Amino acid sequence: MKKLVIAICSILVVCLGLGLAAQKLEGNSSSSGNKNLIIYNWGDYIDPKLIKKFEKQTGYHVIYETFDSNEAMYTKIKQGGTGYDIAVPSDYMISKMRKANLLEKINTKKIPNFKYIGSQFLGKSFDPKNEYSIPYFWGTLGIVYNDKYVKQGSIKHWDDLWKKNYRHNILLVDSARDIMGLSLASMGASMNTKDSLKLKMAKTKLDGLGPNVKAIISDELKMYMIQNEAAIGVTWSGEARTMLDSNSHLHYVVPPEGSNLWFDNIVIPKTAKNKKAAYAFINFMLEPHNAAQNAEYIGYATPNIKAQALLPKEIRDDKQFYPSQQAMKNLQVYQDLGPKKVQEYNDLFLEFKMYGR
Amino acid sequence: MKRIKWSRLYIALVLIILYIPIFYLVYYSFSSGQNMDRFGHFTWVHYQELLADSRLLAIFLETILLALLSSLVATLIGTLGAIAVSQIKNKKIKQLLLTLNNVLMVSPDVIIGASFLIFFTALGIGLGFGSVLLSHIAFSIPIVVLMVLPRLNEFDYSLVDAARDLGASNWQVFSKIMLPGITPGILSGFFMALTYSLDDFAVTFFVTGNGFTTLSVEIYSRARQGINLEINALSTIMFILVMIIVIGYYFISSRSGKKGGRLL
Amino acid sequence: MKKRKLIFLVPYLAWIALFVIMPIILITVYAFRDEHGFTLSNFSQFFTNGTFLRMTLNSFWYAFLITALTLLISYPTAYILSRMKNQQFWLLLIILPTWINLLLKAYAFIGIFGKGGLVNSFLGLFGIGPANILFTNAAFIFVAAYIELPFMILPIYNAICDVDPAVMQAASDLGANKWQAFKRVLWPLSKSGVQAGIEAVFIPSLSLFMLTRLIGGNRVITLGTAIEEYFMTTMNWSMGSTIGVVLIFLMIIVMISTSSSASRRKKREVKL
Repeated sequence: MKKLVIAICSILVVCLGLGLAAQKLEGNSSSSGNKNLIIYNWGDYIDPKLIKKFEKQTGYHVIYETFDSNEAMYTKIKQGGTGYDIAVPSDYMISKMRKANLLEKINTKKIPNFKYIGSQFLGKSFDPKNEYSIPYFWGTLGIVYNDKYVKQGSIKHWDDLWKKNYRHNILLVDSARDIMGLSLASMGASMNTKDSLKLKMAKTKLDGLGPNVKAIISDELKMYMIQNEAAIGVTWSGEARTMLDSNSHLHYVVPPEGSNLWFDNIVIPKTAKNKKAAYAFINFMLEPHNAAQNAEYIGYATPNIKAQALLPKEIRDDKQFYPSQQAMKNLQVYQDLGPKKVQEYNDLFLEFKMYGR
Repeated sequence: MKRIKWSRLYIALVLIILYIPIFYLVYYSFSSGQNMDRFGHFTWVHYQELLADSRLLAIFLETILLALLSSLVATLIGTLGAIAVSQIKNKKIKQLLLTLNNVLMVSPDVIIGASFLIFFTALGIGLGFGSVLLSHIAFSIPIVVLMVLPRLNEFDYSLVDAARDLGASNWQVFSKIMLPGITPGILSGFFMALTYSLDDFAVTFFVTGNGFTTLSVEIYSRARQGINLEINALSTIMFILVMIIVIGYYFISSRSGKKGGRLL
Repeated sequence: MKKRKLIFLVPYLAWIALFVIMPIILITVYAFRDEHGFTLSNFSQFFTNGTFLRMTLNSFWYAFLITALTLLISYPTAYILSRMKNQQFWLLLIILPTWINLLLKAYAFIGIFGKGGLVNSFLGLFGIGPANILFTNAAFIFVAAYIELPFMILPIYNAICDVDPAVMQAASDLGANKWQAFKRVLWPLSKSGVQAGIEAVFIPSLSLFMLTRLIGGNRVITLGTAIEEYFMTTMNWSMGSTIGVVLIFLMIIVMISTSSSASRRKKREVKL
């Protein structure tokens, strides 16, 4: 009996020690929880050096958590019990979260660096008055191909993906709206369609793509494309930028018949526990030098005009990544289609995945 | 003679397959490259990165903390439960309790995870360390019960009667007679719960949140961002730790001789 | 004594009520509910939409293949092991990898199966060009079997060890050849171990969603993956619960047909 009691006590002591050590490592030993800033962001979507710099400048401790789809992020926040101070959803998800009353209003007057944001990135349909969100990055959806396996210039349109010779050679990004969207765009339909019949047709068409699809993955797509694992990848512009920088055989195409134009904006979820830190962080990220550094690291296009001017010329003028006003006409911004329709997109996409090869 | 050689070869092959992935990870943890395709030159840099990665180290400690704490609580509840169950006379009730006990043992992890997620949400319990701890306790209890019960069934109750006759109180009977008799079962239950908890991925994946992760979940989310040789360094260290524990265990158990035959 | 017994029993019963019965009730309730209340639509969707049935069948097919492959490798291993010297040591070598985190092993295979990975460089020696290995069904089945292997070897090994060598001796004395001795004596006597091994491998094989993602590239969707997707990504908890309920139901059938409920206990028992 005595031995058991001693054993129990020693385990408890070890636990206490472990807990304290872990807390020290996490750096939040300074008791008052208000020194923490919990960021919920896409994987690899900020220059880690900037987080370090922010921590040094402000004394806040940043906890950085990642998600890999808007839907997964929404689920976690909606489910409650989370205390994220900052999240970075995309356009349609912002209006969905706004409607679900998950977002805190943002007072842009308290963010001095807000003035650097270009006016063409403000007042978008998902947040007309910019009350809830601050633009972070924007970009397109397109096709990356490797000229080792695919003749240069032979891929221009979405329909080219369906060609027989790319069997088991395409990597798709794991995102319902984007993959359903590319199928819709290839049929000439709107990427925001609410027409169930068109959606069904798009899904059936996707099933035909099945044999060509090697994998449906998220962040690791970048690594696989760089390592020549597959010939073709469907992904977002910024991811493509990083890939192109590391592998000269890769090329990025935005199909002219239509593709997605998206905006990722910073929001403050209702669950935020440290709004002061959130404001400080937003302002920090909008500071032109920081924004430019971030844009160079991530490779996505920044909405920060002042930061854009700070970028090297060859990045600024690259039409694939900073498309002209003309090219942007064919690009569509996703709208929030309401929970019912979104569910339909998600379920159809999952059925496509289940359908197999 | 020839037959034996073939069988040796077969075992060797199986062992090679079992160990290739582990040594592959270890090998590339010393490579200066960025991936597991080509070995650059020898370097310690990934170990340095690992040591500087305070978040990963904190997660490592928290995972152990979680395992210890959850197995401790599970062992307490499970042992008490096993004692109570063993004393139930009604066969039907006993059978029912045992069946319920085994439900979590046979359910696939996803089902446990999903139903616990619903459960925590319905009760409004925030996701994080608390919910993960509760889940780990929950799925460890049945294994403790299953480890302790056989000891209780073998237990010689005439000892209890004898103690009573000699004037022992209930408490004395419990602490001086019962507990020592079942301690081996309790200990193996505890260690079993520990491995359960350390090993779990799926259940934790469902019920975690708020910045809390365990090692498995963290490795999963890092693996989904592609290859990062820091993970290789981590696995090397874990492999060495496991080797030390297992070799230690092997020597202790083989020195104490007997028992053998089977690992537990 | 009565009172004390109650103190012993209460936490345990509370656990059963809260973490065994409640979750089952909740998942069933979710399966039969949508925003308007009671509904059977999830089930009718599941059973009328071919995709779901196909996925379920596939999922069982994969679980079967994984189990068969592990059994095929494990039985000879266990047999040879039981005839060796230093069994404890060799056994330990086989158990050791189970202590390495599953995710780490899966992660290793990402490198091994890649275009520039170990297998392809090995094939390259024979002039066989880089083959697509990662993200194929075969890769998924192989890795799953790899992970389950020790859990199959151990129960079979234990069962074979329990077979009295004298029985085998007697069989050959009576003129049985090796095959007959195996078929008539060893196999029937070690069957309980095989059964335990199958149960320890089959059910977990249905829920290896981390492998379908990392190694299968989401091209293999099992019941487990589908549940995970519905819960964590598409937020359609009622459909996820429906699949869960179907899976529970199928499991009960499997369980009844193979009896013995404490299967996984055997699986883990070997780990110490």
